[in-house]
Amino acid sequence: MPLPFETFAKQKIASVQEYSLLAGRAVANVFTGRRYWADIYTQMDSIGFGSVPIILLTGFFTGCVLALQSETALKQFGAVNMTGSLVSLSMVKELGPVLTGLMVSGRNASGIASELGSMKVTEQIDAMRALGTDPIRKLVTPRLVASVFMLFWLTILADAVGVLGGAIVSISMLGLNFTYYLHSSYQTLYFADVAQGLAKPVFSGFIMSTVGCYCGMTTKGGTQGVGRATTHAVVISAIFIIVCDFLVTRLMIGIFGR
Amino acid sequence: MTTTTLAQPAEVPETGSAPIVVFDDVSITFDLKPVLHHISFEVAQGETLIILGPAGCGKSVLMKLANGLIEPDSGTIRVFGQDISHMRETDRFALRKRIGMVFQESALFDSLSVENNVAYRLNEEGVPYDEAHAKVEEVLRFVELSQAIDKNPSELSGGMRRRVSIARAIITAPDLILYDSPTGGLDPITSTTIIELIVKQRDVSHTTSLLITHRLQDAFTLATHRWNPEAGHMEPIPDGKIDDSTRFLVLNDGGIVFHGSTQELVHTTDPWLREYLS
Ligand SMILES: Nc1ncnc2c1ncn2[C@@H]1O[C@H](COP(=O)(O)OP(=O)(O)O)[C@@H](O)[C@H]1O
Ligand SMILES: [Mg+2]
Repeated sequence: MPLPFETFAKQKIASVQEYSLLAGRAVANVFTGRRYWADIYTQMDSIGFGSVPIILLTGFFTGCVLALQSETALKQFGAVNMTGSLVSLSMVKELGPVLTGLMVSGRNASGIASELGSMKVTEQIDAMRALGTDPIRKLVTPRLVASVFMLFWLTILADAVGVLGGAIVSISMLGLNFTYYLHSSYQTLYFADVAQGLAKPVFSGFIMSTVGCYCGMTTKGGTQGVGRATTHAVVISAIFIIVCDFLVTRLMIGIFGR
Repeated sequence: MTTTTLAQPAEVPETGSAPIVVFDDVSITFDLKPVLHHISFEVAQGETLIILGPAGCGKSVLMKLANGLIEPDSGTIRVFGQDISHMRETDRFALRKRIGMVFQESALFDSLSVENNVAYRLNEEGVPYDEAHAKVEEVLRFVELSQAIDKNPSELSGGMRRRVSIARAIITAPDLILYDSPTGGLDPITSTTIIELIVKQRDVSHTTSLLITHRLQDAFTLATHRWNPEAGHMEPIPDGKIDDSTRFLVLNDGGIVFHGSTQELVHTTDPWLREYLS
Protein backbone atom coordinates (compact mmCIF):
# COMPACT_ATOMS: atom_id res chain seq x y z
CA MET A 1 0.00 0.00 0.00
CA PRO A 2 1.30 3.48 -0.82
CA LEU A 3 1.50 5.94 2.06
CA PRO A 4 -1.32 8.48 2.19
CA PHE A 5 1.20 11.28 1.68
CA GLU A 6 2.64 9.52 -1.35
CA THR A 7 -0.69 9.35 -3.21
CA PHE A 8 -1.35 12.97 -2.31
CA ALA A 9 2.02 14.09 -3.67
CA LYS A 10 1.54 12.01 -6.81
CA GLN A 11 -1.86 13.57 -7.41
CA LYS A 12 -0.48 17.07 -7.02
CA ILE A 13 2.43 16.39 -9.37
CA ALA A 14 0.05 14.87 -11.90
CA SER A 15 -2.16 17.99 -11.70
CA VAL A 16 0.81 20.28 -12.28
CA GLN A 17 1.82 18.19 -15.26
CA GLU A 18 -1.72 18.19 -16.66
CA TYR A 19 -2.00 21.94 -16.15
CA SER A 20 1.31 22.57 -17.91
CA LEU A 21 0.25 20.42 -20.84
CA LEU A 22 -3.05 22.25 -21.14
CA ALA A 23 -1.40 25.67 -20.96
CA GLY A 24 1.32 24.63 -23.39
CA ARG A 25 -1.18 23.35 -25.95
CA ALA A 26 -3.35 26.42 -25.56
CA VAL A 27 -0.36 28.63 -26.34
CA ALA A 28 0.80 26.44 -29.23
CA ASN A 29 -2.68 26.68 -30.77
CA VAL A 30 -2.29 30.46 -30.99
CA PHE A 31 0.49 30.03 -33.54
CA THR A 32 -0.64 27.00 -35.53
CA GLY A 33 -3.71 25.73 -37.30
CA ARG A 34 -7.26 26.92 -37.18
CA ARG A 35 -8.23 29.96 -35.10
CA TYR A 36 -11.76 30.47 -33.80
CA TRP A 37 -12.05 34.22 -34.31
CA ALA A 38 -15.76 34.38 -33.49
CA ASP A 39 -15.11 32.73 -30.13
CA ILE A 40 -12.18 35.08 -29.48
CA TYR A 41 -14.40 38.14 -30.07
CA THR A 42 -17.19 36.74 -27.90
CA GLN A 43 -14.74 36.14 -25.07
CA MET A 44 -13.17 39.59 -25.48
CA ASP A 45 -16.60 41.05 -25.11
CA SER A 46 -17.55 39.08 -22.01
CA ILE A 47 -14.13 39.09 -20.31
CA GLY A 48 -13.02 42.56 -21.39
CA PHE A 49 -16.00 44.86 -21.77
CA GLY A 50 -17.92 43.02 -19.09
CA SER A 51 -15.17 43.91 -16.61
CA VAL A 52 -15.03 47.64 -17.43
CA PRO A 53 -17.46 48.79 -14.68
CA ILE A 54 -15.66 46.98 -11.86
CA ILE A 55 -12.29 48.20 -13.14
CA LEU A 56 -13.49 51.81 -13.31
CA LEU A 57 -14.78 51.64 -9.76
CA THR A 58 -11.82 49.85 -8.17
CA GLY A 59 -9.27 51.92 -10.09
CA PHE A 60 -10.92 55.21 -9.21
CA PHE A 61 -11.33 54.56 -5.50
CA THR A 62 -7.87 53.03 -5.17
CA GLY A 63 -6.47 56.28 -6.57
CA CYS A 64 -8.58 58.29 -4.12
CA VAL A 65 -7.42 56.24 -1.12
CA LEU A 66 -3.81 56.40 -2.23
CA ALA A 67 -3.97 60.20 -2.33
CA LEU A 68 -5.43 60.36 1.18
CA GLN A 69 -2.90 57.91 2.61
CA SER A 70 0.06 59.55 0.88
CA GLU A 71 -0.91 62.92 2.24
CA THR A 72 -0.76 61.83 5.90
CA ALA A 73 2.67 60.31 5.34
CA LEU A 74 4.06 63.11 3.18
CA LYS A 75 2.83 65.81 5.56
CA GLN A 76 5.46 64.76 8.08
CA PHE A 77 8.18 65.71 5.62
CA GLY A 78 6.39 68.79 4.33
CA ALA A 79 6.14 67.17 0.92
CA VAL A 80 2.38 67.09 0.34
CA ASN A 81 2.89 68.40 -3.16
CA MET A 82 4.58 65.08 -4.04
CA THR A 83 1.21 63.30 -3.71
CA GLY A 84 0.78 63.13 -7.49
CA SER A 85 4.01 61.27 -8.09
CA LEU A 86 3.33 58.83 -5.26
CA VAL A 87 -0.15 58.04 -6.56
CA SER A 88 0.97 57.55 -10.13
CA LEU A 89 4.01 55.44 -9.24
CA SER A 90 1.99 53.13 -6.98
CA MET A 91 -0.87 52.90 -9.43
CA VAL A 92 1.17 52.22 -12.56
CA LYS A 93 3.75 49.88 -11.12
CA GLU A 94 1.78 47.89 -8.61
CA LEU A 95 -1.80 48.56 -7.64
CA GLY A 96 -3.20 49.05 -11.13
CA PRO A 97 -1.90 45.74 -12.49
CA VAL A 98 -2.43 43.69 -9.33
CA LEU A 99 -5.89 44.94 -8.45
CA THR A 100 -7.04 44.66 -12.05
CA GLY A 101 -5.63 41.14 -12.18
CA LEU A 102 -7.33 40.13 -8.94
CA MET A 103 -10.67 41.77 -9.70
CA VAL A 104 -10.86 40.47 -13.25
CA SER A 105 -9.74 37.01 -12.20
CA GLY A 106 -12.34 36.96 -9.43
CA ARG A 107 -14.93 37.62 -12.07
CA ASN A 108 -13.55 35.59 -14.97
CA ALA A 109 -11.58 32.66 -13.58
CA SER A 110 -14.78 31.71 -11.77
CA GLY A 111 -16.92 32.39 -14.82
CA ILE A 112 -14.69 30.32 -17.07
CA ALA A 113 -14.40 27.47 -14.55
CA SER A 114 -18.15 27.25 -13.98
CA GLU A 115 -18.96 27.42 -17.68
CA LEU A 116 -16.43 24.78 -18.71
CA GLY A 117 -17.20 22.77 -15.57
CA SER A 118 -20.89 22.60 -16.47
CA MET A 119 -19.94 21.61 -19.99
CA LYS A 120 -17.69 18.90 -18.60
CA VAL A 121 -20.24 17.35 -16.25
CA THR A 122 -22.99 17.40 -18.90
CA GLU A 123 -20.57 15.67 -21.31
CA GLN A 124 -20.57 18.62 -23.72
CA ILE A 125 -16.77 18.55 -23.81
CA ASP A 126 -16.80 14.86 -24.72
CA ALA A 127 -19.50 15.59 -27.29
CA MET A 128 -17.27 18.26 -28.78
CA ARG A 129 -14.42 15.78 -29.08
CA ALA A 130 -16.78 13.19 -30.53
CA LEU A 131 -17.84 15.73 -33.14
CA GLY A 132 -14.21 16.18 -34.17
CA THR A 133 -13.32 19.47 -32.43
CA ASP A 134 -10.33 19.92 -30.16
CA PRO A 135 -11.79 21.51 -26.99
CA ILE A 136 -8.46 23.15 -26.14
CA ARG A 137 -8.43 24.94 -29.47
CA LYS A 138 -12.12 25.82 -29.37
CA LEU A 139 -12.55 26.67 -25.66
CA VAL A 140 -9.20 27.36 -23.98
CA THR A 141 -7.21 29.25 -26.61
CA PRO A 142 -9.89 31.90 -27.30
CA ARG A 143 -10.21 32.56 -23.56
CA LEU A 144 -6.44 32.80 -23.19
CA VAL A 145 -6.04 35.23 -26.08
CA ALA A 146 -9.00 37.34 -24.98
CA SER A 147 -7.85 37.48 -21.32
CA VAL A 148 -4.28 38.51 -22.08
CA PHE A 149 -5.30 41.09 -24.66
CA MET A 150 -8.14 42.64 -22.68
CA LEU A 151 -6.35 42.64 -19.32
CA PHE A 152 -3.59 44.73 -20.87
CA TRP A 153 -6.05 47.49 -21.83
CA LEU A 154 -8.06 47.15 -18.63
CA THR A 155 -4.88 47.78 -16.65
CA ILE A 156 -4.18 50.97 -18.59
CA LEU A 157 -7.76 52.02 -17.89
CA ALA A 158 -7.36 51.30 -14.18
CA ASP A 159 -4.11 53.28 -14.05
CA ALA A 160 -5.74 56.25 -15.75
CA VAL A 161 -8.84 56.42 -13.56
CA GLY A 162 -6.65 55.82 -10.50
CA VAL A 163 -4.53 58.89 -11.29
CA LEU A 164 -7.74 60.79 -11.97
CA GLY A 165 -9.24 59.72 -8.62
CA GLY A 166 -6.03 60.80 -6.89
CA ALA A 167 -6.26 64.15 -8.66
CA ILE A 168 -9.85 64.74 -7.58
CA VAL A 169 -9.02 64.00 -3.93
CA SER A 170 -5.82 66.08 -4.05
CA ILE A 171 -7.59 69.09 -5.44
CA SER A 172 -10.86 68.98 -3.56
CA MET A 173 -9.66 67.71 -0.18
CA LEU A 174 -5.94 68.46 -0.03
CA GLY A 175 -6.00 71.76 -1.85
CA LEU A 176 -3.32 70.91 -4.44
CA ASN A 177 -2.95 72.54 -7.82
CA PHE A 178 -4.30 70.40 -10.70
CA THR A 179 -1.59 71.27 -13.23
CA TYR A 180 1.11 70.63 -10.70
CA TYR A 181 -0.44 67.30 -9.71
CA LEU A 182 -0.57 66.10 -13.28
CA HIS A 183 2.92 67.34 -13.99
CA SER A 184 4.43 65.54 -11.02
CA SER A 185 2.50 62.36 -11.78
CA TYR A 186 3.82 62.36 -15.29
CA GLN A 187 7.39 63.43 -14.54
CA THR A 188 7.95 60.72 -11.99
CA LEU A 189 7.25 57.82 -14.37
CA TYR A 190 10.15 56.28 -16.28
CA PHE A 191 10.02 53.76 -19.09
CA ALA A 192 10.96 51.00 -16.64
CA ASP A 193 7.91 51.74 -14.47
CA VAL A 194 5.51 51.61 -17.38
CA ALA A 195 7.14 48.46 -18.78
CA GLN A 196 6.82 46.78 -15.41
CA GLY A 197 3.20 47.82 -15.04
CA LEU A 198 2.29 46.55 -18.48
CA ALA A 199 4.19 43.28 -18.29
CA LYS A 200 2.19 42.17 -15.27
CA PRO A 201 -1.26 41.98 -16.89
CA VAL A 202 0.13 39.71 -19.59
CA PHE A 203 1.04 37.19 -16.91
CA SER A 204 -2.16 37.71 -14.90
CA GLY A 205 -4.27 37.22 -18.02
CA PHE A 206 -2.43 34.02 -18.81
CA ILE A 207 -2.86 32.75 -15.24
CA MET A 208 -6.57 33.52 -14.83
CA SER A 209 -7.56 31.98 -18.16
CA THR A 210 -5.46 28.84 -17.96
CA VAL A 211 -6.27 28.18 -14.29
CA GLY A 212 -9.99 28.81 -14.94
CA CYS A 213 -9.96 26.48 -17.93
CA TYR A 214 -7.95 23.81 -16.14
CA CYS A 215 -10.28 23.78 -13.13
CA GLY A 216 -13.30 23.71 -15.44
CA MET A 217 -12.06 20.98 -17.74
CA THR A 218 -11.04 18.69 -14.88
CA THR A 219 -14.32 19.06 -12.97
CA LYS A 220 -15.58 15.81 -11.45
CA GLY A 221 -18.71 14.93 -9.55
CA GLY A 222 -21.74 16.72 -10.96
CA THR A 223 -23.02 20.15 -10.01
CA GLN A 224 -21.27 20.00 -6.65
CA GLY A 225 -18.04 19.53 -8.53
CA VAL A 226 -18.75 22.65 -10.57
CA GLY A 227 -19.02 24.67 -7.35
CA ARG A 228 -15.72 23.26 -6.11
CA ALA A 229 -13.99 23.93 -9.43
CA THR A 230 -15.20 27.54 -9.37
CA THR A 231 -13.88 28.16 -5.85
CA HIS A 232 -10.55 26.53 -6.67
CA ALA A 233 -10.17 28.58 -9.81
CA VAL A 234 -10.59 31.87 -7.95
CA VAL A 235 -8.33 30.96 -5.04
CA ILE A 236 -5.57 29.40 -7.12
CA SER A 237 -5.49 32.13 -9.74
CA ALA A 238 -5.44 34.88 -7.07
CA ILE A 239 -2.49 33.26 -5.33
CA PHE A 240 -0.64 32.67 -8.58
CA ILE A 241 -1.22 36.26 -9.66
CA ILE A 242 0.28 37.66 -6.47
CA VAL A 243 3.25 35.28 -6.50
CA CYS A 244 3.83 36.03 -10.17
CA ASP A 245 3.60 39.76 -9.43
CA PHE A 246 6.46 39.40 -6.98
CA LEU A 247 8.56 37.43 -9.46
CA VAL A 248 7.96 39.86 -12.32
CA THR A 249 8.77 42.82 -10.07
CA ARG A 250 12.02 41.20 -9.00
CA LEU A 251 12.90 40.39 -12.60
CA MET A 252 12.14 43.91 -13.79
CA ILE A 253 14.21 45.45 -11.02
CA GLY A 254 16.99 43.13 -12.12
CA ILE A 255 16.67 44.30 -15.72
CA PHE A 256 16.02 48.04 -15.32
CA GLY A 257 17.38 48.68 -11.88
CA ARG A 258 14.15 50.23 -10.54
CA MET B 1 -20.82 -14.25 -37.49
CA THR B 2 -24.32 -13.66 -38.53
CA THR B 3 -24.63 -11.15 -41.26
CA THR B 4 -27.69 -10.16 -42.82
CA THR B 5 -29.87 -10.04 -45.77
CA LEU B 6 -31.63 -6.98 -44.58
CA ALA B 7 -28.76 -4.78 -43.55
CA GLN B 8 -26.19 -5.34 -46.24
CA PRO B 9 -27.77 -5.88 -49.62
CA ALA B 10 -25.13 -6.66 -52.23
CA GLU B 11 -21.86 -5.28 -51.19
CA VAL B 12 -20.82 -7.58 -48.38
CA PRO B 13 -20.66 -11.34 -48.70
CA GLU B 14 -21.32 -13.58 -45.69
CA THR B 15 -17.65 -14.04 -44.94
CA GLY B 16 -14.51 -12.00 -45.38
CA SER B 17 -15.97 -8.57 -44.58
CA ALA B 18 -13.83 -6.83 -42.00
CA PRO B 19 -15.54 -6.10 -38.68
CA ILE B 20 -16.22 -2.42 -37.96
CA VAL B 21 -15.42 -2.49 -34.25
CA VAL B 22 -13.03 -4.92 -32.59
CA PHE B 23 -12.31 -5.01 -28.86
CA ASP B 24 -9.33 -7.21 -28.10
CA ASP B 25 -8.66 -8.05 -24.45
CA VAL B 26 -9.51 -4.52 -23.25
CA SER B 27 -9.20 -3.62 -19.56
CA ILE B 28 -9.64 -0.32 -17.78
CA THR B 29 -9.40 0.76 -14.14
CA PHE B 30 -10.62 4.01 -12.58
CA ASP B 31 -9.11 5.06 -9.25
CA LEU B 32 -8.03 1.50 -8.39
CA LYS B 33 -11.52 0.22 -9.27
CA PRO B 34 -11.47 -2.20 -12.21
CA VAL B 35 -14.38 -1.23 -14.45
CA LEU B 36 -13.84 -3.48 -17.48
CA HIS B 37 -11.55 -6.47 -17.59
CA HIS B 38 -10.46 -8.51 -20.58
CA ILE B 39 -13.29 -7.55 -22.88
CA SER B 40 -13.15 -8.98 -26.40
CA PHE B 41 -15.87 -8.82 -29.04
CA GLU B 42 -16.47 -7.76 -32.63
CA VAL B 43 -19.20 -5.87 -34.41
CA ALA B 44 -19.72 -6.73 -38.07
CA GLN B 45 -20.76 -4.32 -40.77
CA GLY B 46 -24.47 -3.55 -40.70
CA GLU B 47 -24.92 -5.10 -37.27
CA THR B 48 -26.80 -3.46 -34.40
CA LEU B 49 -25.19 -4.52 -31.14
CA ILE B 50 -27.40 -3.95 -28.13
CA ILE B 51 -25.45 -3.60 -24.90
CA LEU B 52 -27.30 -4.56 -21.73
CA GLY B 53 -26.25 -4.68 -18.12
CA PRO B 54 -27.00 -3.33 -14.66
CA ALA B 55 -26.27 0.34 -13.91
CA GLY B 56 -22.63 1.15 -13.29
CA CYS B 57 -21.27 -1.97 -14.99
CA GLY B 58 -19.25 0.03 -17.49
CA LYS B 59 -21.53 0.31 -20.52
CA SER B 60 -20.89 4.01 -21.06
CA VAL B 61 -17.17 3.50 -20.49
CA LEU B 62 -17.17 0.82 -23.17
CA MET B 63 -18.84 3.16 -25.62
CA LYS B 64 -16.44 6.01 -24.89
CA LEU B 65 -13.57 3.60 -25.42
CA ALA B 66 -15.01 2.74 -28.83
CA ASN B 67 -14.87 6.42 -29.78
CA GLY B 68 -11.40 6.98 -28.35
CA LEU B 69 -12.71 9.43 -25.75
CA ILE B 70 -10.88 7.45 -23.08
CA GLU B 71 -7.91 5.13 -23.43
CA PRO B 72 -7.81 1.57 -22.10
CA ASP B 73 -5.11 0.50 -19.66
CA SER B 74 -4.41 -2.56 -21.78
CA GLY B 75 -5.69 -4.23 -24.92
CA THR B 76 -6.50 -2.70 -28.28
CA ILE B 77 -9.65 -1.31 -29.88
CA ARG B 78 -9.85 -1.21 -33.64
CA VAL B 79 -12.47 0.87 -35.41
CA PHE B 80 -12.68 0.66 -39.22
CA GLY B 81 -9.48 -1.40 -38.98
CA GLN B 82 -7.52 1.36 -37.22
CA ASP B 83 -6.23 1.17 -33.69
CA ILE B 84 -8.11 4.05 -32.03
CA SER B 85 -6.80 3.25 -28.56
CA HIS B 86 -3.17 4.07 -29.33
CA MET B 87 -3.48 7.04 -31.57
CA ARG B 88 -2.71 10.72 -31.24
CA GLU B 89 -5.81 12.79 -30.48
CA THR B 90 -5.32 14.78 -33.69
CA ASP B 91 -5.45 11.57 -35.74
CA ARG B 92 -8.59 10.43 -33.93
CA PHE B 93 -10.50 13.43 -35.25
CA ALA B 94 -10.29 12.00 -38.77
CA LEU B 95 -11.68 8.68 -37.56
CA ARG B 96 -14.43 10.33 -35.51
CA LYS B 97 -15.71 12.07 -38.62
CA ARG B 98 -17.11 8.65 -39.56
CA ILE B 99 -18.68 8.02 -36.13
CA GLY B 100 -21.86 9.56 -34.74
CA MET B 101 -22.45 9.50 -31.00
CA VAL B 102 -25.60 10.10 -28.97
CA PHE B 103 -24.73 10.78 -25.33
CA GLN B 104 -26.59 9.53 -22.29
CA GLU B 105 -27.95 12.97 -21.33
CA SER B 106 -27.98 14.26 -24.94
CA ALA B 107 -25.01 16.61 -24.28
CA LEU B 108 -26.41 19.39 -26.47
CA PHE B 109 -24.42 22.64 -26.47
CA ASP B 110 -26.54 25.00 -24.31
CA SER B 111 -24.96 28.04 -25.89
CA LEU B 112 -26.10 27.11 -29.40
CA SER B 113 -29.57 26.94 -30.96
CA VAL B 114 -31.01 23.64 -32.16
CA GLU B 115 -30.02 24.53 -35.70
CA ASN B 116 -26.40 25.24 -34.76
CA ASN B 117 -26.24 22.13 -32.58
CA VAL B 118 -27.40 19.95 -35.45
CA ALA B 119 -25.21 21.77 -37.98
CA TYR B 120 -22.18 21.72 -35.64
CA ARG B 121 -20.12 19.37 -37.78
CA LEU B 122 -21.02 21.14 -41.00
CA ASN B 123 -20.14 24.53 -39.51
CA GLU B 124 -16.81 23.17 -38.28
CA GLU B 125 -16.07 21.95 -41.79
CA GLY B 126 -16.93 25.36 -43.21
CA VAL B 127 -19.94 24.20 -45.23
CA PRO B 128 -21.75 27.27 -46.70
CA TYR B 129 -24.81 28.41 -44.74
CA ASP B 130 -27.45 27.59 -47.37
CA GLU B 131 -26.20 24.08 -47.84
CA ALA B 132 -25.91 23.47 -44.10
CA HIS B 133 -29.38 24.92 -43.46
CA ALA B 134 -30.96 22.68 -46.10
CA LYS B 135 -29.23 19.67 -44.56
CA VAL B 136 -30.41 20.61 -41.05
CA GLU B 137 -34.00 20.93 -42.27
CA GLU B 138 -33.77 17.54 -43.93
CA VAL B 139 -32.38 15.77 -40.89
CA LEU B 140 -34.80 17.49 -38.50
CA ARG B 141 -37.64 16.30 -40.73
CA PHE B 142 -36.20 12.79 -40.41
CA VAL B 143 -36.33 12.98 -36.61
CA GLU B 144 -39.75 14.73 -36.81
CA LEU B 145 -38.68 17.91 -35.09
CA SER B 146 -38.81 20.53 -37.87
CA GLN B 147 -40.72 22.99 -35.69
CA ALA B 148 -37.92 23.25 -33.11
CA ILE B 149 -35.20 24.52 -35.43
CA ASP B 150 -34.97 28.00 -33.86
CA LYS B 151 -35.39 26.90 -30.25
CA ASN B 152 -32.67 26.70 -27.62
CA PRO B 153 -31.85 23.35 -25.99
CA SER B 154 -33.15 24.63 -22.63
CA GLU B 155 -36.63 24.99 -24.12
CA LEU B 156 -36.84 21.34 -25.18
CA SER B 157 -38.29 18.33 -23.40
CA GLY B 158 -36.15 15.26 -22.73
CA GLY B 159 -37.47 13.38 -25.74
CA MET B 160 -36.94 16.35 -28.03
CA ARG B 161 -33.39 16.79 -26.76
CA ARG B 162 -32.71 13.14 -27.57
CA ARG B 163 -34.03 13.69 -31.11
CA VAL B 164 -31.82 16.73 -31.61
CA SER B 165 -28.89 14.71 -30.33
CA ILE B 166 -29.66 11.92 -32.81
CA ALA B 167 -30.02 14.48 -35.61
CA ARG B 168 -26.63 15.95 -34.72
CA ALA B 169 -25.05 12.51 -34.81
CA ILE B 170 -26.51 11.39 -38.15
CA ILE B 171 -26.31 14.62 -40.17
CA THR B 172 -23.07 13.59 -41.88
CA ALA B 173 -24.32 10.03 -42.52
CA PRO B 174 -21.68 8.33 -40.35
CA ASP B 175 -20.61 4.71 -40.91
CA LEU B 176 -20.98 3.87 -37.22
CA ILE B 177 -23.47 5.22 -34.68
CA LEU B 178 -23.05 4.90 -30.91
CA TYR B 179 -26.26 5.35 -28.91
CA ASP B 180 -25.70 5.67 -25.16
CA SER B 181 -29.02 5.03 -23.40
CA PRO B 182 -31.14 6.90 -25.95
CA THR B 183 -34.28 6.19 -23.92
CA GLY B 184 -32.77 6.77 -20.47
CA GLY B 185 -34.92 8.98 -18.27
CA LEU B 186 -37.84 9.08 -20.71
CA ASP B 187 -41.39 7.94 -20.15
CA PRO B 188 -42.43 4.67 -21.89
CA ILE B 189 -44.37 6.35 -24.70
CA THR B 190 -41.56 8.77 -25.58
CA SER B 191 -39.10 5.89 -25.31
CA THR B 192 -41.02 3.95 -27.93
CA THR B 193 -40.99 6.90 -30.32
CA ILE B 194 -37.21 7.19 -29.91
CA ILE B 195 -36.83 3.45 -30.54
CA GLU B 196 -39.00 3.85 -33.62
CA LEU B 197 -36.61 6.55 -34.83
CA ILE B 198 -33.64 4.24 -34.28
CA VAL B 199 -35.39 1.42 -36.17
CA LYS B 200 -36.05 3.87 -38.99
CA GLN B 201 -32.41 4.98 -39.07
CA ARG B 202 -31.28 1.34 -39.03
CA ASP B 203 -33.58 0.19 -41.83
CA VAL B 204 -33.13 3.27 -44.01
CA SER B 205 -29.34 3.60 -43.80
CA HIS B 206 -28.21 0.13 -42.62
CA THR B 207 -25.60 1.83 -40.45
CA THR B 208 -23.57 -0.29 -38.06
CA SER B 209 -24.47 0.71 -34.53
CA LEU B 210 -23.89 0.08 -30.85
CA LEU B 211 -26.80 0.79 -28.54
CA ILE B 212 -26.85 0.83 -24.77
CA THR B 213 -30.13 0.39 -22.99
CA HIS B 214 -31.29 -0.65 -19.56
CA ARG B 215 -34.83 -1.31 -20.81
CA LEU B 216 -35.12 -4.88 -22.08
CA GLN B 217 -38.41 -3.97 -23.66
CA ASP B 218 -36.68 -1.44 -25.92
CA ALA B 219 -34.09 -4.02 -26.89
CA PHE B 220 -36.74 -6.55 -27.89
CA THR B 221 -38.73 -3.90 -29.77
CA LEU B 222 -35.60 -3.21 -31.81
CA ALA B 223 -35.11 -6.90 -32.54
CA THR B 224 -38.70 -7.64 -33.51
CA HIS B 225 -39.74 -4.54 -35.44
CA ARG B 226 -38.95 -3.04 -38.81
CA TRP B 227 -39.57 0.28 -40.48
CA ASN B 228 -42.44 0.42 -42.97
CA PRO B 229 -41.55 3.22 -45.37
CA GLU B 230 -44.98 3.25 -47.07
CA ALA B 231 -46.94 3.58 -43.86
CA GLY B 232 -44.31 5.81 -42.21
CA HIS B 233 -44.18 3.93 -38.93
CA MET B 234 -42.60 0.82 -37.49
CA GLU B 235 -44.39 -2.52 -37.45
CA PRO B 236 -43.68 -5.97 -36.06
CA ILE B 237 -41.73 -8.18 -38.42
CA PRO B 238 -44.37 -10.65 -39.69
CA ASP B 239 -44.51 -14.33 -38.67
CA GLY B 240 -42.81 -13.56 -35.37
CA LYS B 241 -39.44 -13.31 -37.12
CA ILE B 242 -36.62 -11.26 -35.72
CA ASP B 243 -34.19 -8.82 -37.26
CA ASP B 244 -31.08 -10.95 -37.69
CA SER B 245 -28.69 -8.00 -37.80
CA THR B 246 -29.47 -7.40 -34.13
CA ARG B 247 -27.11 -8.99 -31.64
CA PHE B 248 -26.76 -8.69 -27.89
CA LEU B 249 -23.88 -8.11 -25.49
CA VAL B 250 -24.62 -8.41 -21.79
CA LEU B 251 -22.11 -7.04 -19.28
CA ASN B 252 -21.88 -7.63 -15.58
CA ASP B 253 -19.11 -6.91 -13.08
CA GLY B 254 -16.84 -5.65 -15.83
CA GLY B 255 -16.99 -8.87 -17.86
CA ILE B 256 -19.03 -10.17 -20.77
CA VAL B 257 -21.82 -12.48 -19.59
CA PHE B 258 -23.35 -13.05 -22.99
CA HIS B 259 -22.67 -12.25 -26.62
CA GLY B 260 -24.92 -13.64 -29.32
CA SER B 261 -28.16 -13.44 -31.24
CA THR B 262 -31.64 -12.67 -29.95
CA GLN B 263 -32.59 -16.36 -30.16
CA GLU B 264 -29.60 -17.44 -28.13
CA LEU B 265 -30.33 -14.79 -25.52
CA VAL B 266 -33.96 -15.82 -25.13
CA HIS B 267 -33.03 -19.49 -24.79
CA THR B 268 -30.09 -19.01 -22.47
CA THR B 269 -29.55 -21.41 -19.60
CA ASP B 270 -27.26 -19.14 -17.63
CA PRO B 271 -29.00 -18.61 -14.26
CA TRP B 272 -27.81 -15.02 -13.68
CA LEU B 273 -28.92 -14.08 -17.19
CA ARG B 274 -32.34 -15.70 -16.78
CA GLU B 275 -32.77 -13.80 -13.55
CA TYR B 276 -31.69 -10.54 -15.22
CA LEU B 277 -34.03 -11.04 -18.18
CA SER B 278 -37.07 -11.91 -16.13
N1 LIG C 1 -14.23 9.36 -15.70
C1 LIG C 1 -14.41 8.49 -14.70
N2 LIG C 1 -13.67 8.57 -13.58
C2 LIG C 1 -13.82 7.69 -12.58
N3 LIG C 1 -14.70 6.67 -12.60
C3 LIG C 1 -15.49 6.53 -13.67
C4 LIG C 1 -15.38 7.43 -14.79
N4 LIG C 1 -16.28 7.04 -15.72
C5 LIG C 1 -16.90 5.97 -15.21
N5 LIG C 1 -16.44 5.65 -13.98
C6 LIG C 1 -16.89 4.53 -13.16
O1 LIG C 1 -17.02 3.42 -13.99
C7 LIG C 1 -18.15 2.66 -13.65
C8 LIG C 1 -18.99 2.41 -14.88
O2 LIG C 1 -19.57 3.60 -15.32
P1 LIG C 1 -20.54 3.67 -16.54
O3 LIG C 1 -19.88 3.08 -17.74
O4 LIG C 1 -20.96 5.09 -16.67
O5 LIG C 1 -21.77 2.78 -16.11
P2 LIG C 1 -23.08 2.43 -16.93
O6 LIG C 1 -22.95 0.99 -17.27
O7 LIG C 1 -24.22 2.67 -16.01
O8 LIG C 1 -23.11 3.32 -18.13
C9 LIG C 1 -18.89 3.43 -12.58
O9 LIG C 1 -18.66 2.80 -11.35
C10 LIG C 1 -18.25 4.79 -12.59
O10 LIG C 1 -18.17 5.29 -11.28
MG1 LIG D 1 -24.19 4.95 -18.65
